[in-house]
Amino acid sequence: MLEINNLHAELEEGDKQILKGVTLNIGPGEVHAIMGPNGSGKSTLSYILSGRDGYSVTDGSAKLDGVDLLEMEPEERAAAGLFLAFQYPVEIPGVGNMTFLRTAVNAQRKARGEEELSAGEFLKIIREKAKTLKIDADMLKRPVNVGFSGGEKKRNEILQMAMLEPKMCILDETDSGLDVDAMKLVSEGVNALRDANRSFLVITHYQRLLDHIQPDVVHIMANGRIIKTGGPELALEVENNGYADILAEVN
Amino acid sequence: MALPKLKQDATAARLVGLALPQGSAWATAARQEALARVAAMGLPTKRDEYWRYTDPASLIAPQAPAAAVFENTEQPPFDAIDRLRVVFVDGVFDAAASDPLEMAGLEIARLADVTQLDVHWAKDLMGQLETAGQSPVERPIAALNTAFATDGIVIRATGKAAKPVNLIYLHRDENSDAQLHHLIKIEAGADLTLLENGPAAARFSKVAEVDIADGGAFHHVRTQGRDHERRAFTACFARLGAESTFKSFTLTVNGALTRNETVLTLTGDNAVAHVAGACVGDGAFHHDDTVFVTHDALSCESRQVFKKVLRNGATGVFQGKILVKEGAQKTDGYQISQSLLLDEDSQFLAKPELEIYADDVACSHGSTSGAIDETALFYLRSRGVPHKQATDLLTLAFLAEALDEIEDPALAEDLQGRLEGWLARRR
Repeated sequence: MLEINNLHAELEEGDKQILKGVTLNIGPGEVHAIMGPNGSGKSTLSYILSGRDGYSVTDGSAKLDGVDLLEMEPEERAAAGLFLAFQYPVEIPGVGNMTFLRTAVNAQRKARGEEELSAGEFLKIIREKAKTLKIDADMLKRPVNVGFSGGEKKRNEILQMAMLEPKMCILDETDSGLDVDAMKLVSEGVNALRDANRSFLVITHYQRLLDHIQPDVVHIMANGRIIKTGGPELALEVENNGYADILAEVN
Repeated sequence: MALPKLKQDATAARLVGLALPQGSAWATAARQEALARVAAMGLPTKRDEYWRYTDPASLIAPQAPAAAVFENTEQPPFDAIDRLRVVFVDGVFDAAASDPLEMAGLEIARLADVTQLDVHWAKDLMGQLETAGQSPVERPIAALNTAFATDGIVIRATGKAAKPVNLIYLHRDENSDAQLHHLIKIEAGADLTLLENGPAAARFSKVAEVDIADGGAFHHVRTQGRDHERRAFTACFARLGAESTFKSFTLTVNGALTRNETVLTLTGDNAVAHVAGACVGDGAFHHDDTVFVTHDALSCESRQVFKKVLRNGATGVFQGKILVKEGAQKTDGYQISQSLLLDEDSQFLAKPELEIYADDVACSHGSTSGAIDETALFYLRSRGVPHKQATDLLTLAFLAEALDEIEDPALAEDLQGRLEGWLARRR
């Protein structure tokens, strides 16, 4: 599904190299987690995959189902099935959440040559999905993320994911700023989307999210590289001993 | 004090060969007084404090610059709304294209007819609010209009008007130079909605004097369309009585030069005045909103909300003032002017002013200009919304606060649709 090979990238301003050869393969239906200390390049990886400005790829490749992601505009990547749940979802005053979602869903359908959803069809689907994420009608009407609590913002990200039905989902520290109940709700939302054809890359600092969203593979990232890969037990090791041991072992 | 030579010359050049329109004694007196004001003030030049950001030369030149007539196949604004249509073609009333000038709750007539009558209530309004509005800031083009405009609409609302009055300004002649002067009197407790649309003329000068008695309400929604080369100076002078309401919204799309002045004086307690505008300009576009709100009574509320979207070298100007006079306690004044600059060639010039002589008031103002929020843009694109569509969505979002000032949902939807169309045509 997602093949990242020897990816090198730097900040456009300042030439600071952030990714120093990331290689990662995620198969269909798999859930991978990336953990790592602050500044290791985890979030940068998610930005580069989704096409945010400000970074330049100096070497390596990233492909989604064999198609070069790095050549595409952000909206093309989305239409190809990539989704990034933001660590800090953006507030957009003046744009209603519902308008936003419907515009996004229909833009992707259009890009894929599918028929756009009518207002009625869209409403029916979103109401159903919002309900399972405990998102009320008021939250759908309000401007995108404006005045939302931290938990509401993250639930809204998951709602977008549910509506857009991507095949490759990247969750960038979705657990940050969530209390225990909100984390459970968000995780349930994610788990409901797991299936044999949809893959996930979960970026997190903490093992506790992985209690709820159980990964198949755990990677440890440090200093722009993946330094260790293992099963779920690797996350527990980090939780118990911190990163120091792993870093020492690798060095 | 003698006027500077430049001003004297410009004024003389504009007035040469012009004769005051014929009319009854009171109308002639009002026009003579207006002409005397023009002579005393002189017409504006770019050196004047309130014309520093907008060059008045083309507005006061003896000859109006030509403006091509734009072929418009779009349905005109307000077409779907039940209203009384009053049509002016290049500033000349078109009776055949207009509805009969009659409606329950209104007296409605042409200025050209009214100024022939020996006795008419308009005597106490024509030139009066314009004169009052000349201080502390001179507005000589408005006085010029009072002196020379031959036509316009004269409305007295005595109750709640059954439907809106729609002034439709058509532009057919690419050399037209039109002046209209409207007189509107809202009696106590009466309520009128005035709609205006159309490019009007190659050069258009329009003055409205609006007198709102206690408890009266005046609602105003206009679109200034669409001919790219047209020029306009408009001024609205309004006096608000106690518990009265004035609400005005203007959408401006295209036009080489537009200067909209709004001069409001809140003279009765608990009056409410909202004036708002949204404009979108592309290329050779200069739009100037100049607003002066005077609070001269207790517990009044005023609100100015202006939003401008500018691209390809377009220029936006905002000069807004709130003056709170001594004793105007419990004033609530708000003013916001913002521009969205879609490229580095466009510019926004703003002069927000507060002048307050009362100690128990709440006044705030803010003025910003900025580019599209890149973070929001990326967020939308990451959800699959194409770049241009995402930019449009954010542009409409930026304008939303101004459009929210339109109270009637049907009117709001109409204007929103026009903005969307304008943006879509430029993708």
